[in-house]
Amino acid sequence: MMQRLRRLLPNGRSLVTAVPYLWLLLFFLIPFAIVLKISFSSTLIAMPPYEPLLHWTAEKVLQIKLNLGNYAFLVEDNLYWMAYLNSIKVAAISTLFCLLIGYPIAYSIARSSPSIRNILMLLIVLPFWTSFLLRVYAWIGILKNNGLLNNFLMSIGVIDQPIQMLQTDFAVYVGIVYSYLPFMILPLYANLEKMDLTLLEAAADLGCKPWQGFLKITLPLSLPGIIAGCLLVFIPAVGEFVIPSLLGDPGMLMIGKVLWTEFFNNRDWPVASAVAIALLLFLVIPIMYFQRAQDAEAGGGVHR
Amino acid sequence: MATSPRVTQQKFQPWTDPDAKPYVRIEKVTKKFGDFVAVDDVSLDIFKKEIFCLLGASGCGKTTLLRMLAGFERPTSGKIFIDGIDMTLIPPYERPVNMMFQSYAIFPHMTVEQNVAFGLKQEGLPKDEIAQRVNDMLNMVKLGPFGKRKPHQLSGGQRQRVALARALVKKPKLLLLDEPLAALDKKLREHTQFELINIQETLGVTFIVVTHDQEEAMTLSTRIGLMNHGEIVQVGTPDQMYEYPNSRFVSEFIGSVNMFEGRLTDDEPSFVRIACDDLEAPIYVDHGVSSAPDATVWAAIRPEKITITREKPTEPDNWASAVVQDIAYMGDMSIYLLRLDSGKVVRVTQPNAYRHADDRITWDERVYLHWHATSPVVVTK
Repeated sequence: MMQRLRRLLPNGRSLVTAVPYLWLLLFFLIPFAIVLKISFSSTLIAMPPYEPLLHWTAEKVLQIKLNLGNYAFLVEDNLYWMAYLNSIKVAAISTLFCLLIGYPIAYSIARSSPSIRNILMLLIVLPFWTSFLLRVYAWIGILKNNGLLNNFLMSIGVIDQPIQMLQTDFAVYVGIVYSYLPFMILPLYANLEKMDLTLLEAAADLGCKPWQGFLKITLPLSLPGIIAGCLLVFIPAVGEFVIPSLLGDPGMLMIGKVLWTEFFNNRDWPVASAVAIALLLFLVIPIMYFQRAQDAEAGGGVHR
Repeated sequence: MATSPRVTQQKFQPWTDPDAKPYVRIEKVTKKFGDFVAVDDVSLDIFKKEIFCLLGASGCGKTTLLRMLAGFERPTSGKIFIDGIDMTLIPPYERPVNMMFQSYAIFPHMTVEQNVAFGLKQEGLPKDEIAQRVNDMLNMVKLGPFGKRKPHQLSGGQRQRVALARALVKKPKLLLLDEPLAALDKKLREHTQFELINIQETLGVTFIVVTHDQEEAMTLSTRIGLMNHGEIVQVGTPDQMYEYPNSRFVSEFIGSVNMFEGRLTDDEPSFVRIACDDLEAPIYVDHGVSSAPDATVWAAIRPEKITITREKPTEPDNWASAVVQDIAYMGDMSIYLLRLDSGKVVRVTQPNAYRHADDRITWDERVYLHWHATSPVVVTK
């Protein structure tokens, strides 16, 4: 009897593994369900500003009202398409630049002497100790017409007129690349640092010049780090709101800004929720596909 | 000591031929890392088709020397010639040399075939030739059915053979092997030693093997170069190293030995007599020794070259009395630890030639040790 009872009660191990699941349930799945619910509702001038999905009719029948109109609206209105595409474009280009800048940095840190590696990595993470907003504001000071960069270029005589940099796509790219670069460097460094360097010696021994060894050994072996870094930059960059609104052209279409406008200016919670859900699907489906392809490629090769 | 598969090859002795041209010549090579001298003025001649073992404890410089042959390290001074060509400044990817790494260094993102084909693709050979050579090589190392596997799907022994195949498929002039068998268990190691020798004999490639395992060196090699503190202390065939060590270090490193310190009392061209404080009778050796009179010398006697008797030997020399302190029964032989009256412990091995021996020497028994005049090796350093 006692034994049967004990079997029903959770043991220590399942309690420990339950913690992350509980966390995800509380802070991801439930909020997601709420947003999903709102996206199928329609607006109402009330508090909260949407109709409930379920309600009891006078005949005591439970009625479910699903409004697919919000999603249809997203497809019909070009604005949303353009915003999604533009966000993906901005995020993709930023990710590419993060990779091009971050890879050499991560590589050189991983290959530097162990005594200074930690200091260099500390320097990479150091900007996080200042507020993110402050750092973006600092870029305004650098990029504006009588800002640091324009003044410097004029003083050395490269230009005589200030270049309009603030409120352009350029400023947005600078802001995103600058802010997200550490997220590219960290996983790349973790990957490159644990690489077995005798593999490169083996490649050299088999006739590879150093650059060939890099292309044929280092690069393919760092692919998991590249993918992790790109996802860490790309995903938040697609929904980025602060950087384009502070540094970018006010007319620049980004899905994060559209979301903000729908939610706060138009007070259209259902459409805003539909925008968010669609964005999630846009991102999750290719990522899951990618992950599966990579697992198949690795063939469990991670477990060495 | 395992039986040597080299018996069939005893006529192969190019190092005794003064006209033979060395295939690999290491000329006064020194390598320093900062103040640390890893390799100290080493000169060596290695001949074609040899299996030359660099033997030594860890940190003795043997791996650094091997890495200089591969081109991963540059000598601080000195020169390295391979097949008559100065290789000292040639980078590894342009040397006709391949290496089998201790960790095997198999590319984890490639299949077995891709690993083996890697070096050939790098040479830009035509596709069908690559396929043919990879196939032949995989069959030779008995990995034929495993070509499509990834390295993590292989056992340790199979990975070792992938590493060997990948290095050999390029038909190098010289194959360098860094502790090739260290990661294998004992049974597999013994088996692989013989396979390695077979492959070497089939292909006729010159091997240089780095090992810390003297038994492995004895089994594999045509000659051994024993290293200590960056220097080569002795070069010789396995039996030369065992029977004619040139120093206490060599005799103690290779096999086990009983070392008796003493003074020369008779120093004749045809014999010497050594007085040793640990022994009642002097040691008589039937050959001359080049040493200053009255200098301290050491007589090294191997455990299997001493016999144990109950009767006191009648000869005036080469015996000692002792008490049996310990016996280790190993099956094929027994190891006796015998305490001399001076307190020194002597190690003696005796083959167990008969199954029924009722009258075996046993613990705490007083016995006499005896050895032949040809048995001791006299060393002066």
